[in-house]
Amino acid sequence: MEVFRQGYEEFAHIPSVEVKDISGCGLAGIINTDGSLVGGAKIADAIQIMHDRGNGLGAGFAAYGIYPEFKDFYALHLMYDDEKAREETEEILEKRVTIEQRGGIPTRHIGRKRPFFFVYFVKPRAQKSIVEAEEYGEEKKDEFIVRMCMKINRGVKGSFVISSGKNMGVFKGIGFPEEIANLFRIDEYEAFCWTAHNRFPTNTPGWWGGAHPFCLLDWTVVHNGEISSYGTNKRYLEMYGYRCTQLTDTEVIAYLLDLLARRHKLPLEMVAACFAPPLWEEIENMDEDKKQFYQKLRMIYGSCMLNGPFSILVGFKGGLVGLNDRIKLRPLMVGKKEKTWYMASEEAAVKHICPNPDKIWAPKAGEPVIVRLEKDAYRELYGKSEERI
Amino acid sequence: MKWMKNLKTYIPGDFVVVRDDNKCIRCKACVEQCSFEANFYDDEEDRVWSWDGHCVGCQRCVYICPTDAIRVEPREEIYRHHENWKIYHIKGIEKRANFGGAPIVSMGTDKEYPIYWDHILLNASQVTNPAIDPLREPMELKTFIGRKPSVLEIKKSKYSKTKIPPQLELEIPIMFSAMSYGAVSKNVIEALGRASEAMATCFNSGEGGLYKEHYKFGNRLIVQVASGRFGVHKDYLNIASAIEIKIGQGAKPGIGGHLPGEKVSKEISETRMMPRGADAISPAPHHDIYSIEDLRQLIYALKEATRYRKPVIVKIAAVHNVAAIASGIARAGADAICIDGFKGGTGASPQVIRDCVGIPLELALASVDTRLREEGIRNEVSLIASGGTRCSTDVIKAIALGADAVYIGTAALVAIGCHLCQQCQRGNCAWGIATQDPFLSKRVNPDIAAEKLINLLKVWSLEIKEMMGAMGINSIESLRGNRLALRGVGLTDTDLNILGILPAGA
Repeated sequence: MEVFRQGYEEFAHIPSVEVKDISGCGLAGIINTDGSLVGGAKIADAIQIMHDRGNGLGAGFAAYGIYPEFKDFYALHLMYDDEKAREETEEILEKRVTIEQRGGIPTRHIGRKRPFFFVYFVKPRAQKSIVEAEEYGEEKKDEFIVRMCMKINRGVKGSFVISSGKNMGVFKGIGFPEEIANLFRIDEYEAFCWTAHNRFPTNTPGWWGGAHPFCLLDWTVVHNGEISSYGTNKRYLEMYGYRCTQLTDTEVIAYLLDLLARRHKLPLEMVAACFAPPLWEEIENMDEDKKQFYQKLRMIYGSCMLNGPFSILVGFKGGLVGLNDRIKLRPLMVGKKEKTWYMASEEAAVKHICPNPDKIWAPKAGEPVIVRLEKDAYRELYGKSEERI
Repeated sequence: MKWMKNLKTYIPGDFVVVRDDNKCIRCKACVEQCSFEANFYDDEEDRVWSWDGHCVGCQRCVYICPTDAIRVEPREEIYRHHENWKIYHIKGIEKRANFGGAPIVSMGTDKEYPIYWDHILLNASQVTNPAIDPLREPMELKTFIGRKPSVLEIKKSKYSKTKIPPQLELEIPIMFSAMSYGAVSKNVIEALGRASEAMATCFNSGEGGLYKEHYKFGNRLIVQVASGRFGVHKDYLNIASAIEIKIGQGAKPGIGGHLPGEKVSKEISETRMMPRGADAISPAPHHDIYSIEDLRQLIYALKEATRYRKPVIVKIAAVHNVAAIASGIARAGADAICIDGFKGGTGASPQVIRDCVGIPLELALASVDTRLREEGIRNEVSLIASGGTRCSTDVIKAIALGADAVYIGTAALVAIGCHLCQQCQRGNCAWGIATQDPFLSKRVNPDIAAEKLINLLKVWSLEIKEMMGAMGINSIESLRGNRLALRGVGLTDTDLNILGILPAGA
């Protein structure tokens, strides 16, 4: 992180301006709507077949359902540059959360310098002083965790929270997808939903935290594209207390999801409509109720629109979403075989792991594909029924 | 020669009218057209002469001369050089001493202040992001001016019950700024109204009330309530699509308005609801607004009077602590704030005020937008930028700095013939724009003028779409406040800091 910031120090005085990172990329995702688990080898295969969509400067995986024995705890994946960062971070953690268990994330040797990774299973706990309790209200658990992660990411040098959801985790770093899969022993995990990313950044000095997926609570985002509206989105998010620290445009998608879906409680379909809204021309031709609704949506959430080319896969605890920009400037294919859905940048990736899908198609520009877990599956995985989002 | 100059009041003029006598056909068009009496015909010599001291450089005779015999050149005075005592200062003192009055000027300041627009460059897409061709792909400029809630609440029912406060719906983010009937002629307002209707944007009545013939433009009209309250009544408020409270104007912050009695004709006196021939004086402050809480009362009085159906805009001049003032206005209940930079135009202003009071729009706009966002209330109020916008790139830069829409005034007048001779205060505009003289004002043909304004807005819109397309953005809301689309060249760190933009190359 520090390495990356070097050279920009002279602009450090400039508020609310940061340099955006540009990238092209490959995406892949799998979800079993019945909640059955699928091994990591499959997603690794899918993303590897799109090797040329990346340049070895970043890859990552998000897995949902990998920590069933700790499903009631927030699983924090931490990345440390050094021992000092770990000590400082653990000091923050011990003050704010009950740590049920901690340990190193299992890795294999890759023969080059890399940060080290820890996982903590935690629950927020009551704060000692009133001031702290007001800032970190135990009752609002999600908010509590979000704030704590922001604090660590912003305040502790050499420390970074990679993921912070329940019963899920993100594994990412610098390298080609096969290297990262090998490093984190992806093949040894089983998840009901996977997303993967292969990155082709054009201007980023390597930073492990800058790889995708981006995660905030249960939301993960993998993204192929460049967000031309980044400046607008970022400044909008800052109004709601988010600080974009990861120096890449994908981050804003994760924060927008958190803001719109969790804090503003918009259904996912509406969040997708904020990201890629219908054209005014289309809105004009809708029937009156619908027209008014979309007018309001665009008026209120105009700054949330993601402009520029993108395809994204959004993982959340209840499913997986695929979405393209309004004029489909980046590829996205969706395949389905029985209760398993596949999403990827290229048809080849889907066919590679599922040679005979029931159907396979390219979703239309701006139309979200939302795949949800079946009700029973959700209850089994999380021990309670879904609060529909 | 018939004329000799009056030595008592002589101050050298700024221009020389050069006439090629071989080309001159003695048609006397220039004599008839010059409302400043700078040209005259000598029948004894059968020759057209010019009285250079009267020439204001409006170019009317140059444009009208059928044989292209006339040129207007600057009159270069060679005084002995003095770094401190420029000609401007010497003539300024002479004028004050000779005539015993404070010089009144018009338009925006013509002094050399930095123009930040010219130090800001736009971005374009290359490789990683395809540029979009506006002729092939949709490109959206639709803009809503007004207060927006921060959350859309979606309950059980499929559609939201969240109520949106009244909005001004614009197809393009460019509106015509306040120019009153009185400052400009009836025909100009007619043209502005027609162009606004054609382009689905709005024009602003200024503080001169609304002439009865112009009520037809009500759904494309912003009516102004200023300190003089001229022409304000129930119908006036209810006919419009928005109401603007004018606190200040960029060209003359802290100063009211003054329409000389000679200009207050029968029609103007009816429209302004004041005696004919009396000076129309708008006080410097609103005498019912001595602080922010009083402004709140006026905002809500106007909202009550129009049953909360119309957005209320508050227009302020860009002054030193504009960010704090704007924040107060947002909290006082305004639906939109217009920030008028010091380069903005006027029909008449004391010279000293026009030339050295206020701050540039670019800096004011940037700091207001930043401040409102820091306070988390940016969505509660729309920002309209005005003052010295010359071209479509100024508009797009203003929007990227944080404006929702831009007001243009001078640019619109230039489109219909204004040549910035800065004599609006005299009421004898040779182009028929800033005058109530029926002989002069008929020089603006509303049909032609409306067409020119429509052309201007159409071309600017296309240019904006092309620049947006180049940046890979297909909707104006993704440009709004997107300061990463801008880079500064030749600006100091402090300027960059206030503008919130990076230097070019970073």
